[in-house]
Amino acid sequence: MQLKKKRIASLLSAATCSLLCSPVQATEGEWDVDSAILFYAEDNDRVEAVEPVISAKKDLGDDESVSFKLVLDSLTGASATGAVPSTMVQTFTRPSGNGTYTVNPNETPLDDTFKDTRVAYSMNWEKPIDRNNRRNLGFNVSKEYDFTSISGNAMWQHDTNQKNTTYSYGINIELDDIDPVGNVPEPLTDMLAQDKGSGSDTRNVFDLLFGVTQVIDRTSLFQVNLSLSEADGYMTDPYKFVSVVDSVTGEPIQQLFENRPDSRSRQSLYGKYKKTLANKDIFTASYRYMTDDWGVDSNTFDFTYRFKLNSGYFIQPHLRYYDQSEADFYHYFLVDGTGVPSDASADYRLGEMEATTVGVKFGREYDEQHSWSVRLEQYVQTGDESPSEAFGQLAQQDLYPDVEATLVQFNYSFKW
Amino acid sequence: MKAKFHWLILCALVTASGCSSLGVKPWERETLAREDMLMDADALDLAFDEHIYFSKEASSGGQGFAGGGCGCN
Repeated sequence: MQLKKKRIASLLSAATCSLLCSPVQATEGEWDVDSAILFYAEDNDRVEAVEPVISAKKDLGDDESVSFKLVLDSLTGASATGAVPSTMVQTFTRPSGNGTYTVNPNETPLDDTFKDTRVAYSMNWEKPIDRNNRRNLGFNVSKEYDFTSISGNAMWQHDTNQKNTTYSYGINIELDDIDPVGNVPEPLTDMLAQDKGSGSDTRNVFDLLFGVTQVIDRTSLFQVNLSLSEADGYMTDPYKFVSVVDSVTGEPIQQLFENRPDSRSRQSLYGKYKKTLANKDIFTASYRYMTDDWGVDSNTFDFTYRFKLNSGYFIQPHLRYYDQSEADFYHYFLVDGTGVPSDASADYRLGEMEATTVGVKFGREYDEQHSWSVRLEQYVQTGDESPSEAFGQLAQQDLYPDVEATLVQFNYSFKW
Repeated sequence: MKAKFHWLILCALVTASGCSSLGVKPWERETLAREDMLMDADALDLAFDEHIYFSKEASSGGQGFAGGGCGCN
């Protein structure tokens, strides 16, 4: 009797698992198509982007699938150069070395020549090895005017504990080629000298990922990932400056091309928890801690709550909080006569800051066949506008202007 | 900060190792099998976000690989 019960449980287990265990949603031979377009705009005439994307996944049967994704990214606008504001008009040489642009007194220097189009293509092939193991191979290529990136990745996933626990092991290798407008500047040389070296440089990134996904009960699960990333090569932004200021007045007297270390080691720990509540609403929370050998430590908290409404409609508020410490070589400016360090950058993205994203997504899932949604989010990044080291005219300037961005996104998914 | 990172890893390992008793039977997966309960549900949103934050902040990756494939940072 006991044996019979066990056998029935085993058969039930196998039959139910074949119906429910696989996360692949497409029916064999059918394409799952996801499309979206993102509109991104920063305040004060800074960066604007339009980014359409289409992704398609085909189920080949027996849990094997292939997927393809194509992204177009069109960028315009102005971006902060890292130079400090001045009480006088400032003149900057364009990255090409041909022509100049001026910045009005007491305004943050922005390079208004920023314009680029990026095309990115990726494909993945997921295939089971046996009942409890599967592998995923991926390939990505991305091309923009001054940057080319090729990467390949492999992920192995192993299920255990009746598929309640999944271990993931991943590896990614990325090869980047940087080909700046006007060639690669010699590090920490004067912008006016336009001392440019070779036409291009390279960077390699090597990532390892180890993850555990655990089912807790019928309505909740969590995931923990440990990631290691090693980058070697050209990590400097060829269009960014560090101002050298007068030691008394604080007025900029020289703009140097920035320089960053030629290697970077990053480690991150990521956790995510997801739960369906009794009323079918879904709560998701995640946290990431990242640390690197540039001195940057960051915390990221992310929460969404999907309210399920009638007739397939849903509304999903989103809240994200991020903070980071500054890189060891980050300087708001350098002071004349105090020497130039071997590495120096005034790129605001390496400074101490915090950022908040508040958003909402609204959509409708009609049935298994198609769905649409629209997402609206506001991103605000703030840093120390008046650091204690500011003196002279610098004490009156905003040395870390807020970045405020709005994004609107439309999604449409269907089966084909 | 390194010490904090090591403590976090230790906590994660202890948590993960204590999970062998957690879980459900295969026929109890109706809710978990729903598309919106996948860890990578809303994949295009996640990809957009990863790209935006990669270009604005000094951190990337976590749920996936850290390499950005983008010249924006």
